[in-house]
Amino acid sequence: MSELTDLYQEVILDHNRRPRNFRIIDDASRKQEGYNPLCGDRLTVYATLDGDRITDVAFQGSGCAISKASASLMTEALKGKTVDEARALFDRFHDMVTSSTDQPAADLGKLSVLAGVREFPTRIKCASLAWHALKAAVADPLPGPVSTE
Amino acid sequence: MLTTKPEPGSASDVDNAEPTPPATPDMDSPATTTFDVDAIRAQFPILGETVHGKPLVYLDSANTSQKPLSVIDAMDDYYRHSNGNIHRATHLLSERATKAYEGTRTKVARFINAPTAKSIVFTTGTTDGINLVAQSYGRMVLKPGDEVLLSWLEHHSNIVPWQIICEQTGATLRVAPINDRGEIEMAAFHALLSDRTRIVAIGHVSNALGTINPVREIIDAAHRRGAIVLLDGAQAVPHMVVDVEALDCDFYVFSSHKMFGPTGTGVLYGRHALLESMPPYRGGGDMIASVTFEKTAYNAVPYKFEAGTPNIAGVVGLGAAVDFFGTFDRVAAQRHEDDVLAYATARLREVPGTRIVGEAADKTGVLSFVIEGVHPHDVGTILDREGVAVRTGQHCAQPIMDRLCIAATIRASLAIYNTRADIDALITALHRVREVFV
Repeated sequence: MSELTDLYQEVILDHNRRPRNFRIIDDASRKQEGYNPLCGDRLTVYATLDGDRITDVAFQGSGCAISKASASLMTEALKGKTVDEARALFDRFHDMVTSSTDQPAADLGKLSVLAGVREFPTRIKCASLAWHALKAAVADPLPGPVSTE
Repeated sequence: MLTTKPEPGSASDVDNAEPTPPATPDMDSPATTTFDVDAIRAQFPILGETVHGKPLVYLDSANTSQKPLSVIDAMDDYYRHSNGNIHRATHLLSERATKAYEGTRTKVARFINAPTAKSIVFTTGTTDGINLVAQSYGRMVLKPGDEVLLSWLEHHSNIVPWQIICEQTGATLRVAPINDRGEIEMAAFHALLSDRTRIVAIGHVSNALGTINPVREIIDAAHRRGAIVLLDGAQAVPHMVVDVEALDCDFYVFSSHKMFGPTGTGVLYGRHALLESMPPYRGGGDMIASVTFEKTAYNAVPYKFEAGTPNIAGVVGLGAAVDFFGTFDRVAAQRHEDDVLAYATARLREVPGTRIVGEAADKTGVLSFVIEGVHPHDVGTILDREGVAVRTGQHCAQPIMDRLCIAATIRASLAIYNTRADIDALITALHRVREVFV
């Protein structure tokens, strides 16, 4: 059962039960919906930009524990970062969850709790849904809604 | 041109009204009224697999069923001894392949009590069959102002092909509502039927909820209005004896892979006169009588609808799957499945926080449910690690989920090889879910 407890670590269960920054930002400068039609996960990421700095980031929606915890942890990690820093973190996060399980996972601090999804290929899209939405939200020009399918 | 001589004593046209399949050499002993599930399980090699170190408990047969050895062997045997192209060559292998392929057509006709094997068109599956009817029959008859009537219970494959043809022809899609138990609201269905209704397309059994729809009532009502009826039988054929003559439906479509046969193969039954009246769906080899650049004459039904080299090995496997249904008592099997479903329903109610989605009075094969506070996708992952295979998500039926205001469900679905012990394993695994999450 160790892979399962790696996946559902206490931090993830906690962020699933009490997601941080789980709210709508009414006057958000950027807003992007993410949808995974396979499982019905649907969330919206909001970001407030001051120049190229993300001063506030939040999300709303419904999804599995992995997608919700990942979104919650993402909002904590990105507040105060520049758009470029956010994009770089997206790349590092994406690499971490898609990397081979033969290698030790990259250390991304608190986000490392999501490295367990590497053992569960069907769940990688859950972990990356909010991140894809965020990446699209800060893209210029804005694309349409993103989907992890 | 049916060139087949499928079984001794049987003609290419099925002339008797027996809904049961013909006797085959390995089913000489008379079917008994008891159902020996262990003997059935022994025929499915994959049921001996372990997954994540646990014995496989397969509860995803509505997604795709497992295959008995007889089907696996039939396809293996075909490739080893009979592989050739059908209807096309003078050599022995082509003759064997043609005989096996056309023999299956006759078996399928008997299996669903079609009056003639010429009414059986091989497709790639249920989806292909519905698209064929939509694009061929639908394109022929639908005019602006006409209506196609579906229900909220439909699988996406019985929605999207009709949306496409409605867009192409200017016809309108109508949808009969369902109640909270997951049953079609028949009063509303009757109210939606009108002289404008040309096609009614309804699932015989709902893939997401297991509801058995009142298809006789639907067919009779549609016919009184002059509409034709297509039944999506993908989830019905594995669980019940289907008799297209008794149903009086105009089209009946189903998939091989949900009835213990291989993937990539399916059946469209159509009334012979309707099929005769319809234009081809796809052009190519084998669907023609003669071709010149000025004019092509099409082959007879059903070949008109089977352009190109078909999935011959798949059809051979489907034939073995049909034979498999002849090796046990279907009524006893249905009783066994009903018992397992009733047991599963009762045991699931014991698990705190679970709610069954779809509580129709008449159900078969499917138990959809949700667990309070735990997303179905997380449940699916934990069940998988316990060896229990279910499907989680929207089951290609997003409108049902929207109607019932849920994002997704966990769906345990049954076949004849499932037992009460499988359900016990499911319940134990669900308690494990609660340990992790609650």
